[in-house]
Amino acid sequence: MSRSGAYVLLADGTRFDGLSCGADGAAVGEIVFTTSMSGYQEAMSDPSYAGQLIIFTYPQIGNYGVSAEAMESDRVHARAAIMRAGVDREDAGGRGRSERGWLSWLADCGVPGITDLDTRALVRHIRDEGAMKGGVFPEGISPTQAAEMIDAEPSMSGRDLAREVTPDAPVTLEADTDGPRIAMIDTGVKLSIIRNLRERGATVELHPCTAGAQQLLRSDPDAIFLANGPGDPAALDYIVETVRGLVGKKPVYGICLGHQLLCRAVGLETYKLPFGHHGANHPVKDLTTGRTEITSQNHGFAVLAPDGARTIDTDEAVRWETDFGTAELSHINLYDRTVEGLTLKDVQGATVQYHPEAGPGPHDALYLFDRFVDEIKAAA
Amino acid sequence: MPRRDDIHKILLIGSGPIVIGQAAEFDYSGTQACRVLMEEGYEVVLVNSNPATIMTDPEVATVTYVEPLLPRTVAQVIEREQPDALLPTLGGQTALNLAKALHEDGTLAKHGVELIGANYDAIDRAEDRERFRQTMTDAGLRVPRSTIAHNVSDARAAIAEVGLPFIVRPAFTLGGRGGGVVHDETELERIVGGGIEASPIGQVLIEESVLGWGEFELEVMRDRADNVVIICSIENLDPMGVHTGDSVCVAPQQTLTDKQYQALRDQAIAVIRAVGVETGGSNVQFAVNRETDEIVVIEMNPRVSRSSALASKATGFPIAKIAARLAVGYTLQEIPNDITRATPASFEPAIDYCVVKWPRFAFEKFPGAEAELTTHMKSVGEAMAIGRTFQQAFAKALRSRELDLEPRSPADDSRLLELVAVPGAERFDHLLEALRRGLGIDVLHQRTSIDPWFLHELAEFVSDPQAPFTGVRTFKSVDTCAAEFAARTPYFYSGWERPGPAGPSHEVERGERPSVVILGSGPNRIGQGIEFDYCCVHAAQTVRELGRDAVMINCNPETVSTDYDTSDRLYFEPLTLEDVLGVCAIEQPEGVVVQFGGQTPLKLAAGLDEAGLQILGTGIDSIDLAEDRSRFGPLLDRLGYKAPPYASASSAEDALDRAPDVGFPLLVRPSYVLGGRAMEIVYSVDGLRGYLERVGTGAGGRQSTIYLDRFLEDSIEVDVDALCDGSEVWIGGIMQHVEEAGIHSGDSACVLPPHALGEEMLALIAEQTAGIAKALGVIGLINVQFAIHGEQGLHVIEANPRASRTVPFVSKAIGLPLAKLACRIMLGETLAELDLPRETSNGHVCVKEAVLPFDRFAGADSLLGPEMRSTGEVMGIARDFPTAFAKAQAAAGARLPGAGTVFITVADGDKPAATGIATSLHDLGFEIIATRGTAQALSRMGIPARAINKLGEGSPHVVDCIERGEVDLVINTPVGTGARTDGYEIRSAAITRGIPCITTISGGMAAARAIAAARRGEPEVISLQEIHARASGVH
Ligand SMILES: Nc1ncnc2c1ncn2[C@@H]1O[C@H](COP(=O)(O)OP(=O)(O)O)[C@@H](O)[C@H]1O
Ligand SMILES: Nc1ncnc2c1ncn2[C@@H]1O[C@H](COP(=O)(O)OP(=O)(O)O)[C@@H](O)[C@H]1O
Ligand SMILES: [Mg+2]
Ligand SMILES: [Mg+2]
Repeated sequence: MSRSGAYVLLADGTRFDGLSCGADGAAVGEIVFTTSMSGYQEAMSDPSYAGQLIIFTYPQIGNYGVSAEAMESDRVHARAAIMRAGVDREDAGGRGRSERGWLSWLADCGVPGITDLDTRALVRHIRDEGAMKGGVFPEGISPTQAAEMIDAEPSMSGRDLAREVTPDAPVTLEADTDGPRIAMIDTGVKLSIIRNLRERGATVELHPCTAGAQQLLRSDPDAIFLANGPGDPAALDYIVETVRGLVGKKPVYGICLGHQLLCRAVGLETYKLPFGHHGANHPVKDLTTGRTEITSQNHGFAVLAPDGARTIDTDEAVRWETDFGTAELSHINLYDRTVEGLTLKDVQGATVQYHPEAGPGPHDALYLFDRFVDEIKAAA
Repeated sequence: MPRRDDIHKILLIGSGPIVIGQAAEFDYSGTQACRVLMEEGYEVVLVNSNPATIMTDPEVATVTYVEPLLPRTVAQVIEREQPDALLPTLGGQTALNLAKALHEDGTLAKHGVELIGANYDAIDRAEDRERFRQTMTDAGLRVPRSTIAHNVSDARAAIAEVGLPFIVRPAFTLGGRGGGVVHDETELERIVGGGIEASPIGQVLIEESVLGWGEFELEVMRDRADNVVIICSIENLDPMGVHTGDSVCVAPQQTLTDKQYQALRDQAIAVIRAVGVETGGSNVQFAVNRETDEIVVIEMNPRVSRSSALASKATGFPIAKIAARLAVGYTLQEIPNDITRATPASFEPAIDYCVVKWPRFAFEKFPGAEAELTTHMKSVGEAMAIGRTFQQAFAKALRSRELDLEPRSPADDSRLLELVAVPGAERFDHLLEALRRGLGIDVLHQRTSIDPWFLHELAEFVSDPQAPFTGVRTFKSVDTCAAEFAARTPYFYSGWERPGPAGPSHEVERGERPSVVILGSGPNRIGQGIEFDYCCVHAAQTVRELGRDAVMINCNPETVSTDYDTSDRLYFEPLTLEDVLGVCAIEQPEGVVVQFGGQTPLKLAAGLDEAGLQILGTGIDSIDLAEDRSRFGPLLDRLGYKAPPYASASSAEDALDRAPDVGFPLLVRPSYVLGGRAMEIVYSVDGLRGYLERVGTGAGGRQSTIYLDRFLEDSIEVDVDALCDGSEVWIGGIMQHVEEAGIHSGDSACVLPPHALGEEMLALIAEQTAGIAKALGVIGLINVQFAIHGEQGLHVIEANPRASRTVPFVSKAIGLPLAKLACRIMLGETLAELDLPRETSNGHVCVKEAVLPFDRFAGADSLLGPEMRSTGEVMGIARDFPTAFAKAQAAAGARLPGAGTVFITVADGDKPAATGIATSLHDLGFEIIATRGTAQALSRMGIPARAINKLGEGSPHVVDCIERGEVDLVINTPVGTGARTDGYEIRSAAITRGIPCITTISGGMAAARAIAAARRGEPEVISLQEIHARASGVH
């Protein structure tokens, strides 16, 4: 099978040639890389990747095909898959559990991909220059056209992508047990988060991100949950407002974007990381137990310390004064010492920047769901 | 938690001689550990009987004991050194078993020695199959159903519970020794019986079979604060049933979904916690049924292992180094990642390439041995290859194997399918052929249970073997983080990539310093093992000392040479001309060192020279002059040195024509092979004809020349290692072999200084060595082998213008690093400048003894011959020869009995000499039994000997006695080919019973003297540092 040519063009003009795969056509957006060695389908269907093209650093993607159970949402959100090599086999892994070949599935989903380019060289470029806009283009599109399409694409900073992935109307997922009731601001939640909450007996209400405090409190939930999601938290002041109206009234928990939103709500700032954290091997230290956990990460923005510092130079659970009283640093990233988690001391609430729900990635942090749900039960 | 300062002196135990299942990887891990502990400011006491290791270099530890790895010996070291702690997790199974023994006999408690890394209980929980099973079940993990058996009837009863086939696994054995699969009742007695024999505690596990499931390994690390990380996942292409050491493996795992992989990860963590390994690396093996998601835990090794060496090389994460730091109290977070220097070691490496490991086998050396791959490891080495995709890595691994003979597949498809179905050394070659012939993936999956993903990849590969190599060779680094952080450590591999506008994006930063490329020795094999890696490491150290960048090229993951700390730049590449030239293209080296890696680099020398590269030291013409017998023979004549009459033949007919002029007995062999491959002694024309039919003229694959040498019977063999700078020669060591010429130098014990050669003879040997070295124009090392014949005197057997197997042994014996000195000479220094002592004796006798793998090759004859078969060596050091020999024997695992019954049966020619041995053994109080002929010869000399039946003469015969355990020592010398059949039975019986079996008169004499020496009580232990301090150093 001879495949037609394609190329990756970056906003800075750097170009890498390869072969096209998946759906026809071009894709532009922010180009990021993930170092996770498995879980390609989970990544593509993770709403947090909306507006982004994913470079997989693991060179051979698609080995075990795709299956419904690996979906993290109802559709693919990433705009393209950039791979050193792609595997497309119906009987992938031969375990009859894979329902479709990976590349065929990308085509079905209308998502373009590119293979046979030096992805490591591309990743090193982005590591040095920072994540930037760019695109995957079939050879038919001229570099000048391509450059124009890239320019036309808005930058990730200041971008509200939550509206693009949030549900239009509230949905309630009843639990058969009489566990806690959790109202979630769905900025693009991963199914693994919902699964983990429901496995612990919770009833979960999913609300559009535009829902106000009143609507979220209407069913008198036991807690508010701020989901993960795409884009720049600084562009979501309307959600931050909503959250300010909830903190103190109900326990508030958040993951990833949700963590950034809660932090902004209590008065902390966020900033854009040079090339984000995307992978399944970042060491995060739980400052309350001193334990290091290996975490699943997927974010391009992070929280600043009150003094404006990007990194935390102590392993102490430092305390910060916020608009809602004392906040305690609960987790830090041992790779670059950025903020990974916060606990509110005077009002009930806690958040983490990384992904305890895994999907894909290690399960080291699943305990957080127990911690959250237990606290919620205790408060209720 | 910082470094522990309540301990100061740490005892480290090495893994001893290289044996199947325990090889060079423990030199790699042990060396790393010693260095780290020294850096941390601890005193390190090392015990290891293997001289061919970097770890036993005197500067690596504070005190180094090259002594037998036996409880009583290590106890002596403990008494002498009074260490605070014992770190048992870096010396393989040997160190673990010793640590257990020393705990159980109270030695550790008595001297207040703390076990660090893993405590007694954790070791026992992991190693005792029954306790392990219980521990896993308690932790809610599934293990194969199983029961313990102490005898055959227990096993029969077990069938009801576990069904057939079932797996037999002896407790406390290495590499699955003595284990196997019982398919039906007929095999039960043999395999179960063997397993119980092999187990030091006479216990085997009878286990439910999960043959055909996928086999996976995870490398786990844990610190004192209970942080646990997974360093690497390894997937076996060969499904369950083939020992991981014999399997073709890939890292990271390829076929599991994220959910399945995370399930394994969770279980691996649960296992290390349940077993309770406090700190360090462990290896957990799983069987996975991909259809049902069932997972069973197969075993865990509470120590660094062959797999952790592989994982370290595959990821760039130095498991042994980190394990040593964890053992002295650090936590993972406190240890920086060497490679990024910016991030801590508390993470999981992300890989952006694919790694394939390939085992190297040696069945051709053990005719008659069971060559099917099973649960009991049989490979002697391994090669690893790194590529950007699976197919790149697989293809590179294929060419890293350096096979002597290209495997041939049968023309008939059904026969081919049979070969594919039965795992063997060439299984994948047959599998590839089957795919070439278009035999379907379904058929092959159904025959092999190999995951279709691999079969698809291999099918694509055979359809276009060049496809993976489209693009240009691009050097990438192994950086533990998939380029997320900048790599500071220069560890490279080549992948094939589509170049960007700026050309291929090489990650090599060459710098300005001149570089010297050192070619390694590739996968370990019999005849080319760790000794050569030792020399390559010394070369790298010297090149750095001399202000150049040392550049290492090798593909053996077990070695110190492939530790990224050893050189300035490490290229993990196959040792083919193409790949080496690829590296040289960007290195532009000052020169290439081909003298230290054994035959592998020598084979490339000519090609490199043609490509315009500078070969450092001895030039290619000198190499050829020494290796081409038709050129070397005349050279010896010119010098007036004697050599055995010889002839070279171009065909079988030619050989038969020439044989009579050379004269029988003949030593026949193909040219250009190391370790005496396919070398045999023939006593008659028929014998020769037989050989030529068996081996064919294509022996060795490449060439067709056959060499005929007059075989010098009853000659003493001598090995010499010397240095030459082109004009002057310095003799490093003259070694007298214990066994006579005809037993490969690699397999016979040797003594330094010689125990029975006169001054004139030594002078003559030195003179001829010097003559040859100069005539060849050697610059660097040369090894010359001589045979001293009773009447005809000194003969030159061969000269190797390169580092020899004995270089590490000699270096340790005399306290001067031969390879380093040679490297200095190759880089321009003269012997005069080196100013070496004329006299190197230090009042001690050193004996090197070979360690042979016969116990793993059931069916193969254990008789020694001109073809090398040993896998490793040990060294015994003492003030006198008999004591040193006794130590060497003990270290080699052949514990000479102090008393009891000796069985003697020897060839007629040997009978006079045998009476000598018998006399001394009789005086030592041994009871002597012998076959009729020998018995009569002995009685005539007045030595009481009980006559006993040969096999032919009916029971009770000698083999019955041996099997009934009535014999403690066997002395059996063969004649020509005649006696071999009867002798064969005797020797194999002895081997299976673990009774020392001596097959040469000279060996017998040495043994008798050794036994006498042992009577004088425990020989004292002494460190290398002490001995070297005594070197007289006369200039
Ligand atoms: N229950 C089993 N069914 C099938 N194969 C097995 C089973 N247990 C072990 N094996 C095979 O035997 C090999 C050796 O077993 P292992 O427990 O790893 O012993 P060792 O200590 O020699 O590594 C494994 O690599 C695996 O391929
Ligand atoms: N002419 C000979 N007479 C007696 N023994 C010999 C003779 N030639 C070789 N040998 C024996 O065979 C062994 C292997 O031969 P050698 O030439 O050293 O081959 P290799 O290259 O494998 O070392 C030697 O160590 C020696 O014991
Ligand atoms: Mg094993
Ligand atoms: Mg030799």
